[in-house]
Order: sequence, then C-alpha cells, then structure tokens
Amino acid sequence: MTSLILSTAARLLLPLLLLFSVFVLLRGHNEPGGGFVGGLVAAAAFTLYALAEGVGPARAALRANTQTVIAAGLLLAGASVALPLLAGRPAMTGLWLAQELPIVGKVGTPFLFDVGVYLTVSGVTLRIILHMAEAEEQ
Amino acid sequence: MLLAVLSGFALAALAPLICRAVRGRAGWLIALLPAALFVYFLSQDAAIAAGAHLRESTPWVPSFGVNLSFHLDGLSLLMALLVTGIGALVTVYAGAYLRDDPHIGRFYLYLLAFMAAMLGLVLADNLLTLFVFWELTSVTSYLLIGYKHTYADSRKAALQALIVTGAGGLALLVGFVLLGSAAGTLEISDLLARGEAIRASELYLPLLLLIGLGAFAKSAQFPFHFWLPGAMAAPTPVSAYLHSATMVKAGVYLLARLSPALHETLAWQLLLISVGLATMLTGAYLSFIQQDLKRILAYSTVSSLGLMVMLLGWGTETAVEAATLFLLVHSLYKGALFLAAGAIDHATGTRDLARLGGLARVMPLLALGAGLAALAMSGIPPMLGFIGKELVYEATLPHHPATGLDQETAGALLTAAELASNIFAVAAAGLIAVRPFYGLARPTPKRPHAPPLALWIGPLALGALGLALGITSSLTQTYIIGPAASAIYGEAIELELELWHGLTPMLALSVATIAGGIVLYGLRDRLQPALARLAGVGARLGPERLFSAGVDGLPGLARRLTDVIQNGYLRFYVATVVGVTVALVGLTFIRGVALPAALALGDAQLYEVVIALVMLAGVALVVRARSLLVMVVSLGVVGYGTALIFVFYGAPDLAMTQFSIETLSVVLFVLMLYRLPALAQLSTRRARLRDWLIAAAAGALVTVMVLTVTAAPLESPLTRFVAENSYSAAKGRNVVNVILVDFRGIDTLGEITVLSVAALGVVALLRLRPGKEKAGEGGGREKGAGA
Repeated sequence: MTSLILSTAARLLLPLLLLFSVFVLLRGHNEPGGGFVGGLVAAAAFTLYALAEGVGPARAALRANTQTVIAAGLLLAGASVALPLLAGRPAMTGLWLAQELPIVGKVGTPFLFDVGVYLTVSGVTLRIILHMAEAEEQ
Repeated sequence: MLLAVLSGFALAALAPLICRAVRGRAGWLIALLPAALFVYFLSQDAAIAAGAHLRESTPWVPSFGVNLSFHLDGLSLLMALLVTGIGALVTVYAGAYLRDDPHIGRFYLYLLAFMAAMLGLVLADNLLTLFVFWELTSVTSYLLIGYKHTYADSRKAALQALIVTGAGGLALLVGFVLLGSAAGTLEISDLLARGEAIRASELYLPLLLLIGLGAFAKSAQFPFHFWLPGAMAAPTPVSAYLHSATMVKAGVYLLARLSPALHETLAWQLLLISVGLATMLTGAYLSFIQQDLKRILAYSTVSSLGLMVMLLGWGTETAVEAATLFLLVHSLYKGALFLAAGAIDHATGTRDLARLGGLARVMPLLALGAGLAALAMSGIPPMLGFIGKELVYEATLPHHPATGLDQETAGALLTAAELASNIFAVAAAGLIAVRPFYGLARPTPKRPHAPPLALWIGPLALGALGLALGITSSLTQTYIIGPAASAIYGEAIELELELWHGLTPMLALSVATIAGGIVLYGLRDRLQPALARLAGVGARLGPERLFSAGVDGLPGLARRLTDVIQNGYLRFYVATVVGVTVALVGLTFIRGVALPAALALGDAQLYEVVIALVMLAGVALVVRARSLLVMVVSLGVVGYGTALIFVFYGAPDLAMTQFSIETLSVVLFVLMLYRLPALAQLSTRRARLRDWLIAAAAGALVTVMVLTVTAAPLESPLTRFVAENSYSAAKGRNVVNVILVDFRGIDTLGEITVLSVAALGVVALLRLRPGKEKAGEGGGREKGAGA
C-alpha cells in the first residue's frame, strides 16, 4: 500500500512534526503543551512515517531502540527527582539554573522531568504501534 | 554497641574472602571477632552488676520514632555474652566440622550475619529496631537450615522454619505497633516504665496475644514446636548455636524483656503458663523416644524453652530468677551436647543411638565434656544445673505465693509437671552422654577417630563452665544472674544462690528426679516402641500435619481463585471494574451526598448542542455498527467531540492531548483490524440485557457525579494555592503542566513507570502469538488496543 504522495509528504513531515513536538515540549511550561503531548506528537510523526514507508525505515529513522528511549526517559525523570538530594534538599525540589538558555528558556529539574515524560511517552507509544505494524506487514 | 553489631555484618561480608585466603584455619581467625566482642561485653559486666544501664542512640527514621538505639542491662548482657561466647566456640568448631566443604565461606557469611543480627536483637532498645533484627535472625536461620541445599529435606525444613517464624514475625510486628501506640513510645526503656498505662489500655489483650504469638513461634512453643526438630537438617554447629543456645531463646528473651511492662495480669499468667506447660511436657515426652541424637536434643530444647516460658508466666521473684538461671544453664549444657553430638557424627558417620557405643576410649575429652553437660542437664551437684533445678522447684512449690491464680493447687500441679519433664531430661541426658560413649563398641559407617582440638574444645569449655559457675555460685549470682533477673522482674531481686540449702522439699524433689531418671533410662529400650507408637498417633492429628496440609492445599486454592478472578475474558474484567465502581460510588451517593437540583439547559449555545448531538450520534453508531471500521471511526468522532468541548471550555492542554490520543488510537485500531475476527452476535439476550444495565448504571452515575461536582463552588484552597504558587514557586505559567511535572510530579513519575511496564507487557503478549484458544485472543489483543 505504498503511495507516492503519502511517502513524499511523510518524508517532509517527519522533521517538521518532530520539531513541532519539541516546540510543544519547550513551551509547555508557560503555554499549553508539555512533555506528554509533545511525546504523543513525536510518536505520531514516526507512526505516519511507518505507515508511509514501512516499519523498517521508521525504526532506522528513529535510530534508537524504543526500549532504550523508554529507559532513558524513566532514568531522566528519576534523575530529576533524585538530583535535589545531592544538593541536600528533599527529593523533587525544583532546582533552577540562574541563567536562561537561548531558545530553551529556564532550565531546571522540572524541565528535565518533562523531557523524561516526553521520551517515555513517545517510546511507549512507538513500541506498541511499531510492533503491531510490524506484525501487520508480515 | 552499634559498632559491635555492625562489625559482625562487616566481617560476614568478608568471610568468604578470608576463607579463600586461609584455607583450613579460617575458623580460628574468624572466631577472633566474637571472642573480642565477648571480652568487651565481659568488661562491661562490673558496671552493669553495679546497676549501670548503658544506652546509646543513633537516629534512623526519626520522623517515625525509629532509632538505632541500643542498651545494655543485665538481661541484654547475659544474652550478649551467650551470643558472642558460644559464637566464638561454634565458629572454631565449624571450621573443623565443615573443613572439606567448598562453600564454607558462604557458611561463615550466614553464621556471622546471624550473630550480628542476634546481637542487635538482644541489644536493641527500640521496638522496630528489635523487629528488624528479629526478622534478620529468621532469614539467616532459613539460610543456615537450608545450607545443604541439594537435599530436599533441608530445603523443606528451612522453608517450614521460615514460614512459621515469619508468620509469627508478622503477628509480632502488629503487636509492636499496638504496644507502641498503647505506650506512646517505641523506645523499650521508656516503655517499660509505663507498664501501668499499658496494662490499663484496651489494646493490652490484643497486643499481648500478638506478641505472644510471635515469641511462641520463634521459641518453638506448642503448637509451633514442630519446626525445631525439622531445623536439625542444618549442620550441627548451627543447631548448637541457633537452635539451642541463642535464636530459639529470642522469644523467651522478648517475653522476659517486656515482662516489666506486661506481666502480673491474669491473661499474661494464663497464656504463658498454659503454653509453656504444654510445650514442656510435649517436648520432654517426644525427646525420650527419638533415635537420632540431634532430635533428642531438639525436643529436649523444646521442653526447656517451655519451662522458661512457664516460669516467666508464673512471674514471682523466684520464678524469674529460676528462668534466668535456667536460660544460662540450658545454653551451656545444650550447646555442649549439640557440639558433642556433631563431633560424634563427624567421627563415626552416624547419629543413630542404636549404632553407637564405647566411644569414650577413642575420644575421652569429648566424653568428659558431654558428661559434664549431662550432669548439668540432670541437675547433679555441684553443677550450676543443680542450683537451677532446685530453684525451679522452689519457684512453684506451693509455699511461695503467686498472684492471681489459685496458687496452692496450680503450684502443686506445675511442680508435678516439672518433676515429670525433669525425669525425662535426666533420661535424655543419659541417652546422649552415656549411651554413645560407654558399653560395647559397635560398628559404625566410619571407623571412629579422635576428633581434632576444634571439635572437642567447645563441648569441654561449655561443660566445664557449667561446673565452674556452679562452684562459684555466689559470684554467678552477683555478676550475671542477679542483674539479668532484676531486669526481667522490674525491680532488684535479692536472692542468694547456694549449692547447699539444707534438707528442703526441693532437695527431696531433686533426688526423686535423678532416681526417676535413672530408672526411666534403664527401661528405655523396653518402653521406646510403645511410646513411639503413641506419639505416632499424636503426630497424625498434630500441628505439623495441619501445617503441611495447609502448605499443600494453598496452591490448589490459589488455582481455583485464579480461575475465577483471572478467567481471561475481557468482558468479565470490564464488567467487574465498572460494576464495583458503580456500586461503591453509588453507595456514597445513597448515603447522603446532596444531588444537584436541576439541569440548567437554558443557556446552552448552539454549537454546544450541535457537538453534543454529533457525539450522541457517534455513540449510537458504535453500538449499532455492523462493521469494525465503522465502529472505530464513530468512536473517533466521539473522541474528537470531547476534544472540541475541551477547546470551548478553555482547556487547551487537555484538548491537545485528546486530539493526539484519538489520532493514535485510530491508527492502532486500524492496525488491529485485520487481526480481529469478524463481528458476530454471540451473546444471548440475557447477557446483552445485563450489559445494558451495567452500562446504563455507569452512565447515569457519571452524569450525576459531573452534575454534583459542577454544582459545588469551584473555589477551593487547592485551586488558589496552585494559581498563586505556579509562577512564583515553580516558575511556570502553565498551571496544568506545573501540576504535572512539579506539584504532583511523583504521581506523574508513577504513571510513566506504569506506562513503561504496560508497554513491556503488551509487546510480550503480542509476541506470544496466541493460537486458536479463545482466552488467549481476548487477553492479548484487547489490552494492546486499550493502551
């Protein structure tokens, strides 16, 4: 069921959607958005690519194993919880860098946590969808 | 003291390395630590005897009142000396006993960890700290009993001991929590001073029963006594150390420790005396009929533990003193006899009474040690055991008043019971220390050889100590027994221990005991078969039988329960979850939450009405559809409608998420479409009617809930808090996101963890590639679609 139009569009849309998902993630702190939605958008981007091009190319474009993405996300979220302990504060205390970074804005442990959510959500969704799509192809 | 406990754990971790470095002599090296600790505790003795009470405390979980606090008084000191002293001897002994064992490093690891835990147990001054060490001794005991893990018997005995003591431990924990709340403190030294308040509390009876249960299970009291003989599957040094001298005394120790807070009530007396009495008699009887040296010792240990519990229950000054003295005496002679039995086993290859004899010529020093211990066990002067036995009789003889019970009769009955069990003890002592060593030499599996120093030094040292402490009885009283007994009794005990009291009723009883014991020993071979048959009848109805029936029955029960609850039908799960929710929440409404007065439909906008109608149409289509594709699309319509409502009512975050989820769900469904069977009308009319009812109830409930919630004013302190602090404290203007990643971040962390686990599960289920079985299909696929 390869379609030239879908395939071309997907190739263009993948980077755009991914960029959009990061944008959603970044603006989440002050405007509607956040790690959860961002992660879903990222997953949707790869899903679209997988539908158009097949699961193999989608996995190649993703580069990392979905399991690794999930683990990285959980680890990042966990780290942001534990990080304040090193500074002698209770776990999950929000610690912020004094300086704002360009584009990203304020960086602190809650932001790190949100990135963890982003990775976990996109990893989980993709793991399930790609696996099912794979079974479908066979 | 914290250091003393921790050093044991540290050495335990190093033990395997030490054993690898110095093969053969590791036992002597490792024994240095227990020996050093023994000397340390001995050096504290003078101060403790003078009435000092050492305490130290390190906060552990201060917010729950849990501290690593330790204290040293007479009772703790006595126990600590036993733990470290016998520990040192056993460590040396084990080095020779298990010399050829390739896993001896592991053995020392367990043994030292046990020693440290036991030391922590007897020194702990905080209920929860004590409990942690208590459980640690159960766990290490499990590992040690199952040390020869290639034998099914060992594994079974280990598990049995763990289950019995572990179950007791659970009861104990609850008891401790109740005790803590009745006393208002978890620190034991503070708690002991509040005995009045505890006994007056309404929690007193439950906490006494629960703590009693834990202590009885640990100290192998009737009806839990059966795990101790089973535990003889452990290597003999373990039996000597854990299952006679120290760990099984933990229950007795605990009752003694808490005695000032709990004692002197009728419930305490009835409970301890009845359980102790039953244990004492059962153990004495069963010990007499065994053929295996270690099983004789095990049942006689059960009997002795029963006696101690009974004396603590009786609770008079003399009884407490007698219990304390007997605890010391018993640890010494029983440890010695166990070690001797192990040495015999090691030298001859058997522990069967019928195959042993005439060994004294080969191993005279071992025979001497065992003989001394047997004299102590029989209560023959001038052993400390003699004084112990006299004191036991004196405690219950009617002329000493006790409180609460009809003392005259009760005391006389108890004395008679003691006499009976002591006669059995004398006979058992003969079986252990006379039968194998004297008489005709018999053929044994291995040619008997003289045991090495490490194997006879322990029994001899313990046996000799029983003699030495007896001769210097007034010093024993001043420095060891007096302080310990006073700590149990709650006030200073002024008693003199003497070998010679003059012609007293106690002396007459002692003479009767010894004479009766000798007669019984002589008749033993003639009586044994008949008595063993009688015991066999008892065993068929006994608690061990009940226990194994329970253990065997459990998997069957679990399977039947699983068949009902986890039957693999998704519709059953959904119906259960929805039904229970409706019932529970509905109940709350029925019990009086004000229902909203009326629906205000008047100010609905046109577009709202349109969306609502579209969604309703979608729902109707889902239910009526004849094709899966139509169903999926209609479900999508409902979802997008919901998202639109979120947009109109100012929840852009929710709307975004809803849109993404809907899109991905449709993709998922489409991917699954080909794998699902074609739609068919399978359920009966009745089933559909039932499903309609459940669905209608759920819908009605949710409607009512939403109306009730929106009818209530939105102004809550929480809303204000979040709105005010979102930017100032959490530096974010998007309140929703701040709640997700900051205020309620732990929830989110839990959710994404669940998500990850679900992903693993879904993929695992998909990989199963369910065949044609119906259950498999339902389970795997529906879950995948739900995620």
